[in-house]
Amino acid sequence: MRGYIPSVLLAAGLLILAGCKREAREFRPSPPASQVINTVQVSGINPGANPVGAPPAPNYYEESAYAVSQGKTLFQQYNCVGCHANGGGGIGPPLMDNNWIYGAEPGNIYATILQGRPNGMPSFRNRIPEYQVWEIVAYVRSLSGLLPKDVAPSRSDQLYVKPPEQSMPKQTPTGVTGTTETQP
Amino acid sequence: MSTLARLLLDPGGALLAMFQGEPGQHHILHPAGPQASNIEWLYWVIFWIVFVAFVLTILGFARAAARSRTPAHEMVPVIKDTSEADRRSTWAVGSAVLVTVLALFAVLVMSMITGKKVEGLTSKQPITIQVTGHQWWWEVTYPDPQADQTVTTANEIHVPVGKPVVILTNSADVIHSFWPPSINGKRDLIPGIGSAFWIQVDQPGVYHGQCAEFCGLQHAHMGFSIVAEHDDAFQAWKAQQLKPAKEPTDPEAVHGREVFLTHACIMCHTVRGTDAGSRVGPDLTHLASRAMLAAETLPNTRGAMAGWIVDPQRVKPGNQMPPNPLQPDDLQALITYLQTLQ
Repeated sequence: MRGYIPSVLLAAGLLILAGCKREAREFRPSPPASQVINTVQVSGINPGANPVGAPPAPNYYEESAYAVSQGKTLFQQYNCVGCHANGGGGIGPPLMDNNWIYGAEPGNIYATILQGRPNGMPSFRNRIPEYQVWEIVAYVRSLSGLLPKDVAPSRSDQLYVKPPEQSMPKQTPTGVTGTTETQP
Repeated sequence: MSTLARLLLDPGGALLAMFQGEPGQHHILHPAGPQASNIEWLYWVIFWIVFVAFVLTILGFARAAARSRTPAHEMVPVIKDTSEADRRSTWAVGSAVLVTVLALFAVLVMSMITGKKVEGLTSKQPITIQVTGHQWWWEVTYPDPQADQTVTTANEIHVPVGKPVVILTNSADVIHSFWPPSINGKRDLIPGIGSAFWIQVDQPGVYHGQCAEFCGLQHAHMGFSIVAEHDDAFQAWKAQQLKPAKEPTDPEAVHGREVFLTHACIMCHTVRGTDAGSRVGPDLTHLASRAMLAAETLPNTRGAMAGWIVDPQRVKPGNQMPPNPLQPDDLQALITYLQTLQ
């Protein structure tokens, strides 16, 4: 019976150490893929028989709780809340549901922020540094539960107007591209 | 040189510096206002009480250590009358306890009196300054019922000499603490809970202050300065700060403003008189009138400003300003523009 205790303690220690990674803070990061914007597909129509699919855009910010919480701060500071509210939408479309007009993949959202979209979404190219755009992308995806729950922000500093991102139900993206059926 | 190294190499000089202070350093023993004078008075009272207690304790130890040992053959149990010794030790211990209690009580009363004096500053027509703590800088506004008469600046607080000033406190994120040692004690800035306290500076000069409540990675680089000047100079400063940013005439500065308005700067900073109006970072309308950058971290020079703009995360890792990899001529033009913001 007593023999279990050291191994249990060891396992617990290792688990705690593993938890450190998601809080790693990188202050001078480079964006994961700055060329992604030219290859993002926002329409389901494509030439030929084979669908192009979303470009590979590994957003490592989606694995860092610090980056996602920075994304949340920037989402408010850069006044995304002015149109999208805290994800519920208003002037702009809601971001906490499963409807993605221009796609739900990180590359799609990145392109939407940098290029702007018709009917009101301005272009933030050159205004927001690329790595911060990726942080905002990570946060926007956490709004509809598309991020691992251990990374998404767990509670707000303000009074709750919506459940914390961590307890948002996972949404299945619909929309033109970026459906989970086409990109498993 | 660190204080410890100085204390080892040059103890006399280090002690002298401790009590005299060095120019430009904040120092509780160099009060510049009535409140800091009261606090200094209390400091010296407590210092001398503790000093006397220290000397007496050391003398007692020295006396005990100097007594010769009792030889072994004399250590035989002897029954003798100890009532006289008992009475003496009871008296000694009793009086020591009494003196200690009285001294502590006196210190308590004096602390309360000093507290009353420090808090008791009032005036019918004070100057009001709102100080809001941010990670990791100080937002300073001089509120006015008329909105266009409100001055907004950062990290540099100008006050007129000899007049009581009300500081209203608040915080935008976490708890900070406002501490100008030559002027007053510390006051916490609690997010969402405003409070107010008074300061008064009697001698013109620049007094440094520091955040005194650990508030995150760059807590140590969260300084501010209080510039005390005569009333006419203060009014002139305020009138200048109320003006919108000067329209640049130099073509390079015009290009610099273009850079400012088309890059990340505009997302966070305000320059009144232009399209830049975000309140996330410090107001830069009169940036060139300030002596320091980045909450008293860098001098406000061309080179330091370039370093700060290009790679602020090297100077203050973790702060909210992102790196700005600008083209060299854009950067030069931007700095030229920022230097015109007097």
